[in-house]
Parts: sequence; C-alpha cells; structure tokens
Amino acid sequence: MVRLEPRRQHSQAMVYLSPVLAIFMTLVVGGIIFAFMGKNPFDALYTFFILPINNSYGISELFVKATPLVIIAVGLAMGFRANVWNIGAEGQLTMGAIFGGGLALYFHDSESALLLPAMFVLGAIGGAFWASIPALLRTKFNANEILTSLMLTYVATLFLSFLVHGPWRNPEGFNFPESRPFPDAGLLPIIYDGTRVHLGTAIAVFVVIAGWLLLSKSVIGFQLRVVGKAPQAARHVGFRQKRMVWFTLLLGGALAGLAGLFEVSGPIGQLQPQISPGYGFTAIIVAFLGRLHPVGILFGGLIMALTYLGGELAQITLGLPNAVTGLFQGILLFFLLACDVLTKYRIRFGSIAAKGRTA
Amino acid sequence: MTGDAGAEAMKGNAPAQLEVRGVTKAFPGCLANDDISFRIEPGEIHALLGENGAGKSTLVKIIYGVLQADQGDLIWEGKPVTIHSPHDAREMGVGLVFQHFSLFETMTVLENIALAMNDVRDMAVLRQKVIEVEKTYGLPLDPDRHVYTLSVGERQRIEIVRCLLQNPKLLILDEPTSVLTPQEVEKLFETLRRLADEGCAILYISHKLHEVKALCQRATVLRGGKVVGGCDPREETAKSMAEMMIGQKLTAPDRGKQREFGDVRLDVTDLSLISDEQFGTHLKNINLKVRGGEIMGVAGVAGNGQNELFQALAGETEHEAAPDSIKIDGKSVAHFGPRRRRRLGAAFVPEERNGHGAVPDMSLSENGFLTAFRRMALAARGLIREVPTRSFADNIIKTFDVRTTGAGAEAGSLSGGNLQKFIVGREILQDPGVLVISQPTWGVDAGAASAIHQALLDLAAKGTAVLVISQDLDEIFAICDSVVVMSEGKMSKPRPMADVSIEEIGLLMGGLHDLEGNATPANDMEETGGRVGQA
Repeated sequence: MVRLEPRRQHSQAMVYLSPVLAIFMTLVVGGIIFAFMGKNPFDALYTFFILPINNSYGISELFVKATPLVIIAVGLAMGFRANVWNIGAEGQLTMGAIFGGGLALYFHDSESALLLPAMFVLGAIGGAFWASIPALLRTKFNANEILTSLMLTYVATLFLSFLVHGPWRNPEGFNFPESRPFPDAGLLPIIYDGTRVHLGTAIAVFVVIAGWLLLSKSVIGFQLRVVGKAPQAARHVGFRQKRMVWFTLLLGGALAGLAGLFEVSGPIGQLQPQISPGYGFTAIIVAFLGRLHPVGILFGGLIMALTYLGGELAQITLGLPNAVTGLFQGILLFFLLACDVLTKYRIRFGSIAAKGRTA
Repeated sequence: MTGDAGAEAMKGNAPAQLEVRGVTKAFPGCLANDDISFRIEPGEIHALLGENGAGKSTLVKIIYGVLQADQGDLIWEGKPVTIHSPHDAREMGVGLVFQHFSLFETMTVLENIALAMNDVRDMAVLRQKVIEVEKTYGLPLDPDRHVYTLSVGERQRIEIVRCLLQNPKLLILDEPTSVLTPQEVEKLFETLRRLADEGCAILYISHKLHEVKALCQRATVLRGGKVVGGCDPREETAKSMAEMMIGQKLTAPDRGKQREFGDVRLDVTDLSLISDEQFGTHLKNINLKVRGGEIMGVAGVAGNGQNELFQALAGETEHEAAPDSIKIDGKSVAHFGPRRRRRLGAAFVPEERNGHGAVPDMSLSENGFLTAFRRMALAARGLIREVPTRSFADNIIKTFDVRTTGAGAEAGSLSGGNLQKFIVGREILQDPGVLVISQPTWGVDAGAASAIHQALLDLAAKGTAVLVISQDLDEIFAICDSVVVMSEGKMSKPRPMADVSIEEIGLLMGGLHDLEGNATPANDMEETGGRVGQA
C-alpha cells in the first residue's frame, strides 16, 4: 500500500525538487503521447527540446521568448503570494502594447531619444490601468478578480484588433490590419548583434533581481506574504488587505504592460492584431514552475520558452499540430501541482499492519 | 499495566472497556508514544494527564482510529481490535470531543452533526434526537444556526451533542471545560457522572487539575510519551499532580507585595460598537480603566463580546469606535489602526495562535518581525534587517524557554504551549505600556501556563497596564488585581479581586441585568463555591 504521511515541516528539498520531478514526468508522458501519434518518442522529444537550442541562434531565441514570460511572471507571483489571482496578464500586456505603441505611432516621425523611455512609462501605465479595474471591483464590490481580469483580457485584445483594423491601420499598408512600423527611435536596441535579443531581456534580469529584493528582503514583500498566508494575522498587525490587492494588481499590470510594449517595440516592431502567443497565460505556469520566487521564475521562463520553440519546430519538421505546445504546458502544470503534495507529505510504502503486531 | 491504581474501579475480573497495551507511535524526529499501557473500566471516569507534547493527543488519535499505532494492541471489551478509521471507532462505540473542533463553518449545526454520524437516513428524525439530547443534558443549541456564527463554547456543545447521539461506550473529552462558566462546568460534570452511572467509560483530558480531582476516579500521567505513573486524583492535590506531570517542583506565581498602581494607561469610555460579524455580539457602553501596574481580568462565557472587545482594542475592527472612547496613555486611538496603536506602546495577544497571533508556515524569526519590526527597529529603509530580526527571535526563545529547533523553525511546528510562550514573549520583550491579552493559557500545559502567568505579573510590576480576557476563572483569580465580567456585550463595574467571590462572578457571567452592585448569590450556587477555591 502507498500512503501519504504529513511532514512536520515543509520539505525545503521538495520545494526545489518537485519542479524537476514534474519536468521529468512531463517528458515521460510527452514521449508516450508522441508514440501514440506514431512518432518515435526519442526523435520527437529531441526535436522538441534539444534541437531548438543546439545552436547559438536558437539559444538567443530562447531568451527572446523567455523575456516577456519572466517579466510577467515576476509580477504575477507577487499577487499569487498575497492570494490575489490576476489571470488577466494577457489583457494587461495588450493594453501596455496599445498605450506604449500608440505613443510610437503618434510620434511616428520622431527621432527623439526620449521616445523609448516615454513608451516604457506609458506601457507600464497601460497595463497598470487595465489591472486597476479588477482591483477597484475587488476592493469596492468584492468582485472576484479571477473573473474580472480574465474577461478584461478579451476586451483588450478586441480593442487592439479594432485599432489596427480601423483608426490605427497603416495608411501605406495595402489594407493589411497592421499599424505603421514604429520609428527607429521607438524600437528596442538589439544588445547582441545578429540575434533578436533586445534591451528588454536585460531589463527582465533586472526585474528578477528587483523582484527578489522586494519579495524576500522588503517590508512590503513581507506584508504581502503575511496577507497571503494568514489574512487574520495580517489584519491583527494592520497590514491592509485592500492595499495589497491594489499594490499587487498594479505592479503585475505594470510589468505585463511593459512586457507587451517590449514585444511590439522589439521583435514585432508595430501593432498587429496578434501580438502574443498567450504569454500572459503561460506566465501563470512560469510563476508556479518558479515556486513564485523570482529566481525560480527565471528558470521557469526559460523552460516554458523552450516549449514555444519546440512546438514551432515540431510543426515544421514532424508535422505535428501547434496544439502540442499547449499540451506540453498543460501536462507540466498538472504534474507540477501534483508534485507539490510532496512538500507537505511524504510517500510511505508498505501497509501499517505489517509493522505492528496485530492479532 | 497500571490497573492496580484504582482497585475499586475494577469490577471483579470483568474485561476492561478499553485496555491499551504497549502502544508505541513514532513520528519523524520524535517518539510520541512509547510503550503506553493502561485500562479504563466501564463506568469509570479516567483522567489522562500530561503536558502539551506528552503524547496525549497522539494516544487519543490512535484510540479514535485517526492514527495507527506502530506497535501495541488495543483491547476492547476483552477482544483485541484494529481500529482503521474514526468510522470504525464510532461503530465500536467510541465518541470523541476534539480539542480543536472539526466543524465545517459554513454548514449548520444539524448538518455538522449529520456528517459525523455513521448513517443518517432522515434529517427530521435526527433533528428530533438532537433536540432530545440537548434537553436531557442541558446543552441549548439551535440546530439551524450556521457554525461560523457560534462562539467557541457553543461549538463545543455541538461536538458533545454529536458524541452523545451515538450512545458511546467510551467517551473521550479533550480539554472540554475551557469555555464554560463554573455553573456550566458543574452541569457538564453532572452529565458526565450520569453517563458514567449508565456504564459509559469516560477518558477525560484536562490541565485543570482541580476538575480532574472533582470528577475522576483514576488518572494516568504521561510525560515525554511515556506513562510515568497513575494515581487516584481524589487523594492527590492539584499541585502534586501538576508536579507529576511536569516532573519537577511547581512554584506558584509570585505576585509580589501589595503593588502600587500608577496613572490610567488604558482608558475605555462608553465604547459601543456594532460587530463586524453577522451574528456577533455588539459592544454596549463598555467602561474600564486599567492603571499602570494593574492586571485587570475580563471574565465571561465565550461569545459575550470578548472577541469584539479584543478586536476593538487592537484596532482590527472595520467599524470605527466613537472618538475618545479608547485612549492609550491619554491619547485617543479610536481611529487608529493596529500599527499606530502599537507605536504608542500598546501590544496585543489574540486568543487564536495559529493564523491570528502567528503565521504558522513562517519561521519564528519572521513571526517575531511580524509585530515587532517597528518598535524593535527590525526594518530600515523598507528592508528587513536580517541580523537583528534573527537575534530578536533568539532572544524570545532564550528568555521564555521556547522549546524549538531554532529561530528558523516554522511557527506551526511548535506545540501550542511553546508557540504561546513565543507570542507572549514577543510582545513582552517590546516593553509595552499596555498589554491586552486574550485567553493567555488556552490549551497550554501547566508548565507553560505558570511561566506565562509569571511573565505577566513581572510585566505589570514594571508599570505596564495589563488587560487579561479569560474564560478561565482560576487564571483570573491567580493573577488579576481587579475583574470585570462581560455578558451580552455589556460589562460589569470593575471590582477589586479581594472583595469578589467566585459565585458572584459566576452569576454576573450569566447576566448582568439586576446584579449590578449588590449581588446575592442564590442558594443553589453555593455548592459550586468550594470547588474552584484557591489553594
């Protein structure tokens, strides 16, 4: 018989081991699924996970994809720690892209060095503005932020679609639903020649360090952990929950908005109807994969970025559907949550009676 | 076997209701039960004594099928049995009133009772039975109330009622009287004695040794997971049993000489407050003044507004009290949140340790930081200062003899008594001018309780005004200089401890309506008077 026995203290080792275990189990199950689809599982896994990064360009692409994931996930993790469930990062990302990108379109013939920093600020404001709506609804009317933030995602993406099909469509763009290309002054500088790795990637690393400081070393990070773990204790010492709802949603929204801006002023270079392959949603998995810890999120972001690259490659070389990417992400989250049981419990084999003397 | 301790309780060679033989249970890192043996006869009221962490709860869980022993046997009515689950235990006739209530807060009383029954076919029939049992045993309780609206005392009644419904042959009670008035305790004891006369065996777990003395025929004493002895409580004193439990001499709290009181430090004037809870108790015209050096006790049955009073004083309430209704050292704080009150030198210890006074899955270090970061300057420029934070926690652990693996241990891994010592220590080391503490020794063992009492006396001796909200009258008599009683959100006038009797307090607890000023104890109360007398 297999049974779960509660641990006296949370196992620190399992906190770090469980993502590794989850990744391993995802690979095993993924291999089985490939086998059922008539592909050699080893070839398929190789194509999915090794081939995308066996050259330096591939590795650079990994960083490009990981950048928005990491930035968003650090913001989301702050909220999740405080029991604030912002599921709408995708919408905040979109709003950030609209606000910051809008500025670039307005000054489309600008050469000012101030344009890019101003776009950063506006992108962050756009995301924070979009997140402030669920924050207001939650603190004023106790509306569940999971629903409100998620629903606002669709509003934001449709709004973007409206803009690029209508008012912001490129007048010289042959009627394609795209905006003008951003001026050079509104594009992120490439920080490594010959790749698409841009300034945003460096900023992502900075966000990780700042996030770690905030969460582990600062009083406000302490407050949001207390609010999340023991709301009554937080009330007892005067850490206001509403303030944490505002803080985490605005911070998460601002970072998602910034990530959205980095996408449109980096790899994309203009506004399009589709600016993100679901980074805002995938970042939720990244946050949990990284144990809601900024440094963990850095690794989690790289792993999830790999599933995007692998999915693309599997489409091209193996003829597998694009859904494989989502499938792998889903399996990984599933095993991750399952493995987390092991931080609070240990597995014991053998029946109870075998040890005692039973009559 | 320790059966020889109470020969009279043995009924010839008839099999015991329950015999525990050599039960051993190990947890990672500790041996909770080490070769425990004792027996309970039918109709016997048997006390299980021991400090927190002595292994009582583990043993109870084994008997109730929640845990399985690693070794040893349970003999039920002469036959060895294996109890796989609480369901099995109930089937056999074991009833358990847990120390921590296992109730679903959002369900009604009746639904909670139904959940714990092995088979419920008809809710109407069950309701009838519930009302019957409530009447028979004097446990008033509305079956349709939701549990979250009930006080601790009322919640306990649910547990007792649901055990009695199953006609148990062995009833286990874990610290049952901590939430009752003296009169209610006497009523519970009548119930238990009647049950015992009907042949039900009762295993009674309590730290209140005079209760054990009044109720039980035999006692088994555990220490460090082992049986260290058995006795007849009727022939022992509370002190001798306490010493057996903790394995060393017990010193009564040292109250010092007749103390001088200073200026009023906590001043509550005409405090009225609507409760945040839907079915909470509203505070009505509360008046009290606690002077420096004074320990004032707030007595009363659970659910009469004590929680609301605590929250109002600590600044946790959503509703704001009237201006000037609460003053700390002369400064009006009614509109202040907890942090600003603490900055003025107030400190608070809530009743619930886990999740209210401390965050269970944070380290002791972080839990020390929780309330002390401002007064102890544990933060600078918005960042946590790691070294002073850790040494503050180390200091609490050392000064208050908190038994733990260190400041890095999670608060939730500590036993109740040790965590309480840590929390009380955390507030006392901040050198507060006013301390409001709710149920300071609820569910805490005798050793830790006397340490906490001494710490409160020492704190008052240094000039702090201490307000102790407690349902434990012994505690109030042991450490307080004056006492007020709460009933239905109202408060009696303060009385010096020296000229108030336990009967008067008992009557005030039952209602303040015509008793203000000159209470005349009713005749039927006199018999309870001697029971809770001070040694």
